[in-house]
Amino acid sequence: MSEKNKLSIICMSGDFDKAIAVFTLASGAAAVNYEVNLFFTFWGLDILKNKRGRRFIGKGILARFFNFLLGGRSNLPLSRLNFAGLSPLLMTGLMKSRNVATLTELYDAAVALGVNFYACEMAMHVLGLERADFVPEVKDVLGVATFLELSKGGQTLFI
Amino acid sequence: MTFVKTKLKLELLEEGDTLEVLLKAGEPLENVPRTVVEQGFLVLETTHVKDDIHRVVIKKT
Repeated sequence: MSEKNKLSIICMSGDFDKAIAVFTLASGAAAVNYEVNLFFTFWGLDILKNKRGRRFIGKGILARFFNFLLGGRSNLPLSRLNFAGLSPLLMTGLMKSRNVATLTELYDAAVALGVNFYACEMAMHVLGLERADFVPEVKDVLGVATFLELSKGGQTLFI
Repeated sequence: MTFVKTKLKLELLEEGDTLEVLLKAGEPLENVPRTVVEQGFLVLETTHVKDDIHRVVIKKT
């Protein structure tokens, strides 16, 4: 029996367009039976927050301030031409009108297809976050060494 | 994403059930039937509906 193809993506960016790329690749690969691992680190952790909107979560004043500014998956900025948060709304509307999957649809598809979600332990520590701050899809909290071991033998992308 | 949506629908079916998918000519019409066959499903028929829309019937084997 041949081994499954494997795709691992390090999701460092918390940008809207880059999150679209992550979940398009993840859901597409999972749909053709790849084992897919997503490792969310630093700004990417913002995508995993379970509470919608800007919240003062995390330990410590600075961490809570950062986490408030990073408003979770519903407030991801566009990497360019963000226009104070207007562009992601416009972009989502454009995608819907052209029957292209939105970030929410791509995320839901990735979950439905069994993509593995992992959170970076170091980034969580810096931002004062706990596992309870993340969506239940997060399979585990990993360090770099464990993620490298997990991604061995497959393709690894950095977004 | 077209194939992803198709795959998600196929996973909900029982063996022997069929799924009708409407696809635009070009990349979706080339990609989806080829990929479902690679994944072990059966394409029963492909028919032109109107304009650039085609209907593909897929059977879960």
